[in-house]
Amino acid sequence: MDSALLIHRLHFAFTATFHYLFPQLTMGLALLIVVLKTIGLRRNDPVYHEAARFWGRIFGINFVLGVVTGIPMEFQFGTNWSIFSRFAGGVIGQTLAMEGMFAFFLESAFLGLFLYGEKRLSPKAHWLSAVAVFAGSWLSGYFIIATDAFMQHPVGYFTASDGSLQLASFWDFVLNPWAGWQYAHNMSGAAITGAFIMTSVGAFYLLSGKWTAHARIFVKAGVIAGCLFSVLQIFPTGDRQGKMVTDLQPVTLAAMEGLFQGQSGAPLVIIGQPDQQQGKIDNPLQVPKMLSMLTYRRWNANVRGLDSFPKQDWPGNIPLLYYSYHIMVGLGTFFVAVMVVASLLLWRGWLFNAKWMLWILMLAAPFPYIANTAGWMTAELGRQPWLVYGLMRTEAGYSKLVSAGNGMFTLLGFMGIYMVLGILGLFLLWREIEHGPVAGHESASNLHPAAEAR
Amino acid sequence: MASLWFWIVAAMVATYVVLDGFDLGAGAIYLVAAKTNDERRRVLRAIGPVWDGNEVWLLAAGGTLYFAFPQLYASSFSGFYLPLTIVLWLLILRGIGIEFRVHIENPVWQEFFDVVFSVSSILLAVFFGAALGNVVRGVPLDATGYFFEPLWTTFKLGPQTGILDWYTVLIGVMGLVTLAAHGSYYIALKTDADLGRRARGFALLCWPLQFFLTFSAMVATYFIRPEIMTNYGKHPVGILVPIVVIASLAVMLWANPKGKEKLAFVASSLYISFMLVGAAFALYPVVLSARNHRYDLTIYNTAAGSHGLSVGFAWWMLGAVLAIAYFVFVYRMFRGKVQLGEGHY
Repeated sequence: MDSALLIHRLHFAFTATFHYLFPQLTMGLALLIVVLKTIGLRRNDPVYHEAARFWGRIFGINFVLGVVTGIPMEFQFGTNWSIFSRFAGGVIGQTLAMEGMFAFFLESAFLGLFLYGEKRLSPKAHWLSAVAVFAGSWLSGYFIIATDAFMQHPVGYFTASDGSLQLASFWDFVLNPWAGWQYAHNMSGAAITGAFIMTSVGAFYLLSGKWTAHARIFVKAGVIAGCLFSVLQIFPTGDRQGKMVTDLQPVTLAAMEGLFQGQSGAPLVIIGQPDQQQGKIDNPLQVPKMLSMLTYRRWNANVRGLDSFPKQDWPGNIPLLYYSYHIMVGLGTFFVAVMVVASLLLWRGWLFNAKWMLWILMLAAPFPYIANTAGWMTAELGRQPWLVYGLMRTEAGYSKLVSAGNGMFTLLGFMGIYMVLGILGLFLLWREIEHGPVAGHESASNLHPAAEAR
Repeated sequence: MASLWFWIVAAMVATYVVLDGFDLGAGAIYLVAAKTNDERRRVLRAIGPVWDGNEVWLLAAGGTLYFAFPQLYASSFSGFYLPLTIVLWLLILRGIGIEFRVHIENPVWQEFFDVVFSVSSILLAVFFGAALGNVVRGVPLDATGYFFEPLWTTFKLGPQTGILDWYTVLIGVMGLVTLAAHGSYYIALKTDADLGRRARGFALLCWPLQFFLTFSAMVATYFIRPEIMTNYGKHPVGILVPIVVIASLAVMLWANPKGKEKLAFVASSLYISFMLVGAAFALYPVVLSARNHRYDLTIYNTAAGSHGLSVGFAWWMLGAVLAIAYFVFVYRMFRGKVQLGEGHY
């Protein structure tokens, strides 16, 4: 791999990975804040409004970091991947422009109202502004997923006489079947991050014995949402996403699963280290015939392995792809286990006193971030060696006139600035959490003894 | 169709500069005009609920440019690689400068973010001006339709230009003065007492500079690109541009001391719009001029396919109507002079 290509890939990978730490929480919390505000409005309960305001403050800090790290993403299509932009811009320019016109305007306009306008707006209008922020952030997600879906599975285009791709059918492109399931899977993943963070902060307060009325709301809302979305994450969204990879990117499936030799009744590798030189998995722990069952719903179905495909079409980094995928699936399974147990405890009314479970819920906070990142790495490493699947190879798409030296200069700059952003963000979020939902350790609930009984 | 998109993108860029221009300008005068913590909070409160929405016009204009002229997007963004990346860094620093200052009531923390906010605003205003200067002056495009410009070479207009040379720096300084004045009018409009008075005084100070730079820039542009006058000769309607520019300069000078803040701000917005529209009018149909005009990028050799452009027009209209509605609503909600004590700036 020549060094300029490596730098440009790292540049996008680093900035995209760092950026996506923020929108996943933004999108997850936007949904949960709407839930809190809705309950608060219907029950006319001040504790829910305080809870919504508290998460609004967390949302605000997180949103700023998402915005400032998001602007470079759009620019990089042109700065670092200009040949690709020229090639595919006639198609994906549609969704990227729509994201600005429909999602960002909506989100930014109403976030200002949501954060600074509560005193100027009626409660209903303030609730509406929360809904608008939610709609904007989830819409934005769709446009980006539709753009990525075109790179994974190009549809609705034609090749013009100058070799570039141009739009043939707007609806085919925007309603790419790949985008539908990927969107559902991705948004469910974002909701999991939001739910785990809310639960984690609630568990922390309960364990510290502070703001317990709010903490119970956080844990309850977080566990219910977490349980729902953890299950949806695996079935149907993850399952259907996997089916699409099987059908449309079979070589990617083989690499993800570490299946070097095609076979009927293929086993599912749970743990093991891929050894690409010898074409096998070291120290495998596997379930016989399970992969055939999961992909084709038949125990003896034939699954094509890497050996069925020419080597130049294999994803470039098979071990990393294999690990990303296995980490994602492993954590996804762990989320279901934790949230199902927590839901049972909540249903029986034992959760708020089950210290061991609260500890697990508190410490689980980082894992959805890892799972979401691993999921995106699976999608994008799995797309290799293609930039636009089957149409343009990655090595053909970067800006040829931007040298490796200039690329490294800006990559190092971004690393430095993002390190500062990360430290500042964690510091401010921690202060917000430490400061709590209301001043002092008491809350409105103490004025309303009935609220404690909930 | 391509011509229509040329004017849509030009209008979006002008909207961006008018809107984000006043919060950039507010940042530029921030350290000088707002002295006390109370005054600085009022400046931030004046731009707080809107700066992010204003900045979305940059993203939306960029996205629309990508959609309508992918070849131009590819060439210009990769060619302006270094200054664009620096602009991104400045936008990041400025965003956290505005948003993170309020979180901790500590003079050292606040002073730090005050300086971050103001310095990044000043540099952004200069860079945006210099970017315009580059587009007008021309860049070293070759037959492949690509180029790469270093930040500077010799500061002269040789065959291998840099981003910064005497001409683009001149336009950059004009950008800074223009936006500083624009921001001053906005702060004068949104605040009162000492702060409002100081902002008005600052705008008064900017005026002669702005006047002088406007004319120097016009002369310099004519000097380096005489063909810039061709479109004005062909289409007499172009005479509107200098008329509005001069008239709005005069209105600014008249309205500001009289305390007609709204009028001065509107005049400044018109001045900015017409300076940009005038540049677009002069360049049309060129979208990025080459030092060697054989390689000029025009709307014809950079536009996306015609089906995509027609489909896009339908959703773009809808999106633009919605966006304008949100903006009218938000600005109405936060109209009037800034009061401290609500919200968190």
